[in-house]
Amino acid sequence: MKKTSSIKRLLSAVKGYRLQTILTPIFMIGEVVGECLIPFLMAKFLLGHLEAVNKGIATLNWAHLLLWSGILVLCAIVSLIFGSLAGITAAKAGAGFAKNLRRDLYYSIQNYSFKNIDNFSSASLVTRLTTDVTNVQMAFMMTIRMAVRAPMMMIVSTIFATRIYPKAGLVYLISVPFLLIALGIIMIRAVKIFNKIFKKYDALNNSVQENVKAMRVVKAYVREDYEKQKFFKSAEDVKLSFEKAEKITALNAPAMMLAMHGTTTAILFLCANAGINGAGFNVANLSALVTYSTQLLMSFMMLSMVFVMITIAFASIKRVLEVLEETPTIVSPENAVLEVFDGSVEFENVSFKYSQTAEKFALKTVSLKINAGETVGILGATGSSKTSLISLIPRLYDATEGTVKVGGVNVKDYDLKTLRDAVSVVLQKNELFSGTIYENIRWGDENATDEEVVKACKMACADEFISTFPDGYNTKIEQGGTNVSGGQKQRLCIARAILKKPKILIFDDSTSAVDTKTDALIRLSIKNEIPNTTKIIIAQRVASVQDADKIIILENGEINAIGTHDELLNSNAIYQEVYYSQNKITNKGVN
Amino acid sequence: MAGPMRRNMPFVKNTAKKGTLKRLLKMLLTSYKFYITAIVVCIILSAIGSSISSTFLKNIASSIENNDWQSFIRVIIIMICVYIVAVIANFFQARLGATVVQTLLRDIRVKLFDKMQTLPIKYFDTHTHGDIMSIYTNDTDALRQLISQSIPQIFTTVLTITVMLFIMLYYSVWLTLIVILNVFLMFFLTKKIGKNSAKFFKSQQQSLGKTEGYIEETMHGQKVVKVFTREEKCKEEFDALNNQLCSDSTKAHVFANIMGPVMNNLGHLLYVLLAVIGTVLAISSVPNLSLSGEKLGLPIIIAFLPMSKQFTHNISNIANQINSIFMGLAGANRIFTLLDEESETDEGYVTLVNAKYDEFGNLTESQEKTGIWAWKHPHKKDGTITYTLLKGDIVMEEVDFGYNKEKIVLKNVSLYAKAGQRVAFVGATGAGKTTVTNLINRFYDIADGKIRYDGININKIKKADLRRSLGIVLQDTNLFTGTVMENIRYGRLDATDEECIEAAKLANAHDFITRLPEGYDTLLTGDGANLSQGQRQLLSISRAAVKNAPVMILDEATSSIDTRTELLVQKGTDMLMNGRTVFVIAHRLSTVMNSDVIMVLDKGEIIERGSHDELIAKKGKYYQLYTGAFELE
Repeated sequence: MKKTSSIKRLLSAVKGYRLQTILTPIFMIGEVVGECLIPFLMAKFLLGHLEAVNKGIATLNWAHLLLWSGILVLCAIVSLIFGSLAGITAAKAGAGFAKNLRRDLYYSIQNYSFKNIDNFSSASLVTRLTTDVTNVQMAFMMTIRMAVRAPMMMIVSTIFATRIYPKAGLVYLISVPFLLIALGIIMIRAVKIFNKIFKKYDALNNSVQENVKAMRVVKAYVREDYEKQKFFKSAEDVKLSFEKAEKITALNAPAMMLAMHGTTTAILFLCANAGINGAGFNVANLSALVTYSTQLLMSFMMLSMVFVMITIAFASIKRVLEVLEETPTIVSPENAVLEVFDGSVEFENVSFKYSQTAEKFALKTVSLKINAGETVGILGATGSSKTSLISLIPRLYDATEGTVKVGGVNVKDYDLKTLRDAVSVVLQKNELFSGTIYENIRWGDENATDEEVVKACKMACADEFISTFPDGYNTKIEQGGTNVSGGQKQRLCIARAILKKPKILIFDDSTSAVDTKTDALIRLSIKNEIPNTTKIIIAQRVASVQDADKIIILENGEINAIGTHDELLNSNAIYQEVYYSQNKITNKGVN
Repeated sequence: MAGPMRRNMPFVKNTAKKGTLKRLLKMLLTSYKFYITAIVVCIILSAIGSSISSTFLKNIASSIENNDWQSFIRVIIIMICVYIVAVIANFFQARLGATVVQTLLRDIRVKLFDKMQTLPIKYFDTHTHGDIMSIYTNDTDALRQLISQSIPQIFTTVLTITVMLFIMLYYSVWLTLIVILNVFLMFFLTKKIGKNSAKFFKSQQQSLGKTEGYIEETMHGQKVVKVFTREEKCKEEFDALNNQLCSDSTKAHVFANIMGPVMNNLGHLLYVLLAVIGTVLAISSVPNLSLSGEKLGLPIIIAFLPMSKQFTHNISNIANQINSIFMGLAGANRIFTLLDEESETDEGYVTLVNAKYDEFGNLTESQEKTGIWAWKHPHKKDGTITYTLLKGDIVMEEVDFGYNKEKIVLKNVSLYAKAGQRVAFVGATGAGKTTVTNLINRFYDIADGKIRYDGININKIKKADLRRSLGIVLQDTNLFTGTVMENIRYGRLDATDEECIEAAKLANAHDFITRLPEGYDTLLTGDGANLSQGQRQLLSISRAAVKNAPVMILDEATSSIDTRTELLVQKGTDMLMNGRTVFVIAHRLSTVMNSDVIMVLDKGEIIERGSHDELIAKKGKYYQLYTGAFELE
């Protein structure tokens, strides 16, 4: 059941290119018929006439010769035209199919939630959209061209051969099933091994990649010989499996040749028997019969190639389907709320884990309330689930238990775009995109004026370095933002988030590469310029959260304490520890 | 069967150097002499078998024409014998070929890998990982294509064509001329269509590159896309690129797809032409010019028809192989270039050995594990051997260094680290912090000056032994596919489970490991992708801890660990560090504060040195860093 719907899903990408997809096999039939007519007509009318003249049965007829030569040339031209047409429609259908498939994939991914993305990893999504789609495209093109051509070739060849000499058809009836069974057995065995091999081959490449990346570690630990041994084992493993598979496929060509030679010999024998020992046989027909035998067997060769192609593409098809069939875990509800009232946030007994099967909760019964316009700091050790906590506010993930409210409304009741436009997160692992600084900042607001962009950059202390660039705001950012430093990148990301004019602004360790002075300046300017926006700041540095209205201490996914700097410094052991680890000299009175 | 292994290779530079083919053939011939000889014999047998089959057709046709049953039987028996030999030869060729090709590939992979392990770090710093990987995947695959398909195919084809040319000339020079004329026409058309096709493939490649670039960027930034609700905009931009790609790809494939039918039907035209002209010649009794002197008749025409097909088929085979020959040779060239790279040299002769004190209190070598290590220093001049206790004293004297000649990274750097001291380096990116460690473990060699380890010039120490005595936690944590336990044991292969767990406890990694689904048996894949950066650093510290080396180098080892956990790790490592020399490189000052000496590096020079308190009192660069007036990036 599931399988048929999957294939349907895949084939829906043909939409818009149905005509070409259907025309291709039809054109192909045209080519095959033209191609198969040639030996038949030639044997019957051209060479046959010659033979008749030789035998003295007929007299030479130039007009007859000329006419049939013309018809034969015409056949070749018709076959050429149909063949070319099939090539053109196949190219269109294939490219269009790939386009649609790529689009379907891309659109599906745009509807993914963070959890869906985590399930795949971005690198694997890229492969699925590129290499896998190309593999499927090639298999698709091959299928619509060859899957029809080969059987057609078989049928038409057999028909013509039988018309020339009925016993030839009988020979085919014996040799074709033999070949089918032989090839079938060989292919099935080979494909089984090949499927396993690709995994081994991937593992081999994986171990090379690991070594190239970790060469310093390998050398530092003097593990060269150890790695060599490991690699030799996998290389040997790959070699043995490939050798085995190739030895099986090595049977292919001999089996094919055996069938071909056997068929030819049998037909020649029968023809000679008829010609010499009795009923009379036109030698002219020999050429046609030999040609048909060859064509028949060639089409088998093609079929087996198509078969291999599809098997190879099958892994790709599976991977593509996985993306298409992944259901987005977070979607906007019906009758969604389309406005966020204010920037207040409330957690009511919220627990959260990243997957249903995970044993450990990332967050355990967290309850807290943040009023609109407040500044809140979050501190906690690595792995204390700070990021998980703030991810629930713009509904990047859904709480497993309990409710999260923004502006007094459950986040699950909002339209996703409304909610996320109101909640601006500066992610820890942030990305800039290739394009100018203007274009990058305008991710926050498509329609912002130049002045608004500059204003946001000033608030994020980004204007000071942007204006030193020769091209200023028109400076091109390279892919991945590699031509700006870590601190500059962070400030650009902050500006982008500010431009969105959100009701809630969240910094997830967003100023770690910015010096403390600038960090303080950014905090000051957002405090003064956007007082009504709720600000939530995750930081490693105590200094970054010291002035917040309240500071939340997270420990192993639970709230350890909430309070102001002074309160926590007096009462909270964790806060004290962190504070003193960073401010040793303050006690010594140096600062 | 090459399909999935052949990744897209846009614009591979086809720089097949002269001599590459020769070297490749030599390698094949010397390593697999028996196999190659057998394969060549098989190819000759099957090629001759397939090329002379048309003569049988001619003789059979003659026999039928002449009603000669006896001669027919004779011919058909010979034919069956030839066919059987050809099939058997073909079978063995394929089997032996599989063995040779796969053995050669294994040997090349292993050679490449073994060679790679001996290359200096410089090689990996100056070549992208993608380029190196491509040698193992694309180039090896192109080579496989070359030796398993192209070379045998070319050999077969040349053989077949030559034999067939003789047979054709034997029967009729006139008809042979027509076939040859057609071959020229084929070449002409192939070139013409090929040129257009190449042009469109290039533009397809370009828009493919653009589309894939966009896909890559937005996939990696997908979470940002969601946070900024840019989904619709992205779809729009993607559609534009995708449509362009579709139209370019259509054009490219149209030309490629037309090529087949054109060649095919050119063959048909030739077929018709041969039949017509042959008929005309036969009937108008123009004298047949041929080596055999036979009259041009029906049997010859009948034999010529399939022969012409076979002949043109073989020619277009060569045309199809040309591209893969170039790609294969270019790949082989890159493989050989890697194999010819200069290995890391090692003139060191001082080795690290287990040691014990003999009854006189002198240090001597021991065969058993004693827990005491010593440098074994043979003196060539007088043949004596001295043993120096491994303590972990490191001295750098006026060291200069640059990764290339033009740019000096370290200038006149001197430092002394007594055994058991904790020495820290701070400084901005590019100040030369990591370079210092690259020199101590001899990933790179210094240009001028001296580095001494326990008083021995490190150039005299065998690299493997030198590195064995250093525990290094590198900036980039790299984990290997395998269990957590195996990854920790990487530090010392003979460490027991208990020792590994002990090390993990010291590094404060034990806690999170036990919370993993399978604890220490949890399988890590993809460089530990399922762990956080901080957790990976803790594992990497455990790995160094289990090594139990007298000198530790921590290069930004705790940069992704929060300050509080770092404190815990430090407590653990402090115990580990007892009596060990430690070099700490960090850009976070809390990491280096409690070191014995802190060196502030700027543009390759040590501009300040002293303890934390001294440097603060000095109110120099370190003080500015500390008070946040500067930030290191």
